[in-house]
Amino acid sequence: MTENAASFNEAGTRRRFGFGRAFRQYGTFVIFVLLILVAQAQSDAFLTERNMMNVLRQMSGIGVMAIGMLFVILTRGIDLSVGSIAALGSVATAILVKEYPLPLALVLVVGMGAACGLISGIFIAFFRLPAFVITLAMMTAARGFALILSNGQPITLGAPGKALQGFGTSFTLGVPNPALLMIALFALAFVVLNYSRFGRLVKAIGSNEEAVRLSGISVPWYVLSVYVISGALSAVAGVLVTSRSGVGSASVGDGNELDVIAAVVIGGASLMGGVGGVINTFIGVLILGVIGNIMNLAGVPGYHQQVYLGVIIVAAVLIQNGSTLLRR
Amino acid sequence: MAALIELQGITKSFAGIHALTEVDFDLHAGEVHALVGENGAGKSTLMRVLGGEMRPDSGRNLIEGQEVRLTGPTDAIGRGISVIHQEMALAPDLSVAENIFLGALPQGINWRRLRERARALIGRLGFEIAPGDQVSDLSVAHQQVVEIAKALSRDARVIVFDEPTAVLSTGDARRLLQIIKDLRASGVGIVYISHRLDEIYEIADRITVMKDGRRVDTVTPESTPVDELIRKMVGRPLSQLFGEKPDTQPGDEVLRVRNLHLPNGIHDVSFAIRRGEVVGLGGLVGSGRTEVARAIFGADPVSGGEMELNGQPYRPRSPRQAVRQGVGLVPEDRKGQGVVLDMEIRKNATMANSAPVTTAGFFRPAAERGLVEGLIRSLRIKLGSMNDPVSSLSGGNQQKVVLAKWFNADPDLIILDEPTRGVDVGAKTEIYTLVHRLAAEGKAVIVISSEHAELFGLCDRVLVMGEGELRGELLPAEFTEEKLLTLSMTRRQPAQAETMA
Repeated sequence: MTENAASFNEAGTRRRFGFGRAFRQYGTFVIFVLLILVAQAQSDAFLTERNMMNVLRQMSGIGVMAIGMLFVILTRGIDLSVGSIAALGSVATAILVKEYPLPLALVLVVGMGAACGLISGIFIAFFRLPAFVITLAMMTAARGFALILSNGQPITLGAPGKALQGFGTSFTLGVPNPALLMIALFALAFVVLNYSRFGRLVKAIGSNEEAVRLSGISVPWYVLSVYVISGALSAVAGVLVTSRSGVGSASVGDGNELDVIAAVVIGGASLMGGVGGVINTFIGVLILGVIGNIMNLAGVPGYHQQVYLGVIIVAAVLIQNGSTLLRR
Repeated sequence: MAALIELQGITKSFAGIHALTEVDFDLHAGEVHALVGENGAGKSTLMRVLGGEMRPDSGRNLIEGQEVRLTGPTDAIGRGISVIHQEMALAPDLSVAENIFLGALPQGINWRRLRERARALIGRLGFEIAPGDQVSDLSVAHQQVVEIAKALSRDARVIVFDEPTAVLSTGDARRLLQIIKDLRASGVGIVYISHRLDEIYEIADRITVMKDGRRVDTVTPESTPVDELIRKMVGRPLSQLFGEKPDTQPGDEVLRVRNLHLPNGIHDVSFAIRRGEVVGLGGLVGSGRTEVARAIFGADPVSGGEMELNGQPYRPRSPRQAVRQGVGLVPEDRKGQGVVLDMEIRKNATMANSAPVTTAGFFRPAAERGLVEGLIRSLRIKLGSMNDPVSSLSGGNQQKVVLAKWFNADPDLIILDEPTRGVDVGAKTEIYTLVHRLAAEGKAVIVISSEHAELFGLCDRVLVMGEGELRGELLPAEFTEEKLLTLSMTRRQPAQAETMA
């Protein structure tokens, strides 16, 4: 990335080669289009509206979590607890809808997710402990908490959750509601990341935290915020899953943290922070969904799918960094 | 005798921009050949060609009269050419001995012998560094010694030093120059790149001046006075370097520091500064200048003493509080602390104060563009587009982006820590003009610099630090290098402490 430029520092005010940047920016999109073409060639069932909507709906939970993860990764952090917080959100939803009016119940659930993020965030931002370890702890603890609350049993939403389930299983303008919510959240994230001071500073912190601090900005509050956002969005993902299935379960989102990280990375974000975008992350989520979908349509067995997915992730990252590698 | 190295008609371009055009350069055994010129003149590119890191588009490379085509740095090292870059290429977590023999480690390592050989090499340079020490624990000066030892371990006959003293204290720089003289006496050919002309006049046998990728001239120090050399480098005389000092009357007191103590041993620092004043903070590297600056800016904790800002008690716990109360800092490490390199120039420029161009936390793009355009024009930042990353700019223009950030934040007090480090002569002058402008606008300016000429050229008075204490003050009549050094090295008498404010 910066090495390209460093190799001819003395050339004065030269422009940096646009090649690497272009790949980073549009590489994800190219991969997506290629994938669609391959998928279409593989199966007639792929490019049907029904199938497309299915993919969108399946990915809605991952997508919502990926938004939070993107913000975290932009600050050079990582959040392993997203799947577990989604489980906690799922269980809490099923319990709370029976106790409180739906809006209040949802606010409480999302607040609970935010609180989980707040706890991780305090340790990471103010005590400067490694995000990997803290969110790993939160991952275990939140899952455990979800198991305690649910007694390890799935909880049906039942009659009080009818409205919620109605939302989760129906369509607006032909698009599944969970997918619509995901898209709306992506749009919001796009505006925040690109036009707000908050978004800009989150990105800057991942790039050079010290320079941001010495510009008179309180870095810990921003770092804390991204974990709160990630926690809250993970709870939202839990609500979405539950609204679709009608069941709150502590096994929701098991292993999702890796899918979410994969989606963000396929979207071209750098785990070193500072690099990544909302639209690319959205495409990363779609790529992940389409890959699974193609393999299902093509009848690839589940275990094989995981191997292919690993290969595809590496391929995606290679393509994005291709220009840098060629230069060596 | 054939030259050790001879580069003939070297041309190299990047993306259509000529970085080097038909450059000739040669080096004999046992000489120091200095390479000078503004940043962007092509010095480092030429040395990359010499060190095998880059292949020229055209031109010949002769080693002892034989034409060669270097395939890479390893090839060059094998032929006895070592380049010591400004940013050192040591592995920080490895030991001194491992670093010295890195790349040449035998399969079965006899650690004791390796350490012995490392010790001998370092000893040859007149230093004593334990070969088992981890490199990251060493001072910058000692790291440089390790780099040189590494070059010697490979039987280097040509050593290129790229701005070696930029990061060294005066004492360490002196020792390095001595090492270079010793190497020369032992027959090594040395290429020496530096912005510090006094050093060049001290050690160079020949000086090659470069400008815009071309060789302007090759001269000897005896035949070429400094001002003539500078004229060759920039095309204008030395007296214009510091610009016109505006005739401003100091206004109200902005900052008063009383008996400042810091946890790292800085003690009893007291001084005051008024609006419109440019006050220098001089002394050797490590005397506590940067620490005092960072404490005033709230970046590091304070353990005792008081500060007043505009007559109000002032005790910032973070840079944020300092900025809010009207203090700005241009840090010494531009790339590490001053700018977000990969971020757009525009975004860097509005980072410290985005209030004028945001509504409810969201940017108004047109307003921001307008503001940044104004800053670019007013500070004469040379750039392609304000949406390019800061890393696309030369050092001087990067520094101007940092200055733009603070012009935009409009502080009452601004501290500039080594504002022209790694900046070429032309951009230096422009930065000096900006410093004068800050003062003329009624701001209090503190300048920290290791270049004494810069302090004397810019400041109304210079506070001198030494070993963590403020040792005295120089007024323009006393602006000489000897006075500054003497003061910085003389322990303070108790009675003097009172007169400082």
